[in-house]
Amino acid sequence: MSSNQSPDPATITPYPDGPYLVRGDFTVLDQDGNELPVERRTIALCRCGKSQIRPFCDGTHKLIGFRAPGAVNPCPGA
Amino acid sequence: MSRRLIELPRPRGPLTEQLFEALQGPLDSRLEAPGPVDAVDPIADDDLQLALYVAYELHYTAIDGVDEAWEWSPALVSFRGALERPFAEGVAALVAPATAGELASVPQALQAIVAEDPGPPLSRFLETQGTEDQMHEHVVHRSAYQLKEGDPHSWAIPRLGPGPKSALLEVQFDEYGGGKPERMHSVLFAKTMAGLGLDDAYGVYIEHWPAITLASVNLVTGFGLHRSRRGALVGHLAAFEMTSSIPNRRYGNALRRLGYGPEVTHFYDEHVEADAVHENIAAWDLAGGLAAAEPEVAADILFGARALLQVEALWATHLMDSWERGDSSLRAPLVPVAA
Repeated sequence: MSSNQSPDPATITPYPDGPYLVRGDFTVLDQDGNELPVERRTIALCRCGKSQIRPFCDGTHKLIGFRAPGAVNPCPGA
Repeated sequence: MSRRLIELPRPRGPLTEQLFEALQGPLDSRLEAPGPVDAVDPIADDDLQLALYVAYELHYTAIDGVDEAWEWSPALVSFRGALERPFAEGVAALVAPATAGELASVPQALQAIVAEDPGPPLSRFLETQGTEDQMHEHVVHRSAYQLKEGDPHSWAIPRLGPGPKSALLEVQFDEYGGGKPERMHSVLFAKTMAGLGLDDAYGVYIEHWPAITLASVNLVTGFGLHRSRRGALVGHLAAFEMTSSIPNRRYGNALRRLGYGPEVTHFYDEHVEADAVHENIAAWDLAGGLAAAEPEVAADILFGARALLQVEALWATHLMDSWERGDSSLRAPLVPVAA
């Protein structure tokens, strides 16, 4: 990995029954347009609407039985 | 938090007496592997679990007065094997076999397995009514693993193909602080310990850890040191991440209720957000990816997940039962370190 490569376009992936995972180069803004500090390369954005740390996911979707399809399918034929 | 160095603890029975005496002598001095180790309950056996823990610690840390070359001494490895076998049998007796339906979709099976966590509501208890002393005990137990958080799972890295390896590294990069040592999860845990007035030196509470605490670490170290158990190691990590966000929020809340600030709760707050990311990668990209690439280890992925939950349930039950009796859950009372 080289730091002077061209920017890595952001990818947003919905995970089954879970959040959106965001990878690549991105910036997260709050509703006032201020940039939120992001301390990790891959983040999870709330998709169930019930996280206590929105816009980030805190795992609450598991407590409320959130169901939604995802784009991840590592099991061919499954 | 510079270099790891532990002291040999006091023996807890004939196995630890024999092992520790040999380790303090010259390399490959007389260490006869014991005959079949006959433990009534190998998971709760203090002597067996401490002997196994110290044998495994040779892979993680220096031990004061012990030649580092013991790590790969054939006598040591043979002795260790005699401890691993009854422990593995004890764990296997707790774990239900995977069904054909589960093996058809490992990530969904993991979701169902963690949703039926067999343990008592330890995190909810601590959040709502845990005392200062109980939180201290909880942290001291957890320090057996958290001061080396991530390390045993890293042993899977060279054993995985490109997809699952990349997923594991995505998780581990974050566990190890994303390139910033001060954000490493083991370092954040040391800060929590120091903030609570506890000693944050690696392994310093070994005398305090009962068999079940040692067993919880021996479980993952054993998976990590045996390539044949890479499925179980991945399943252990997935289930660990999938059962982390919500309890860690509660532990953070417990410390806030007791008046502690962000420097002490940071470890827990970090895990709420981090493990909400990791659990998805671990279940779908890592465990699902490994099951797709190596279907022959799919059942062991689910074994590792169930083994973690069963051993954690025994550990949580030990804490809750001890406290209900008005006892300490540790083997020796805690003495606060001077600030």
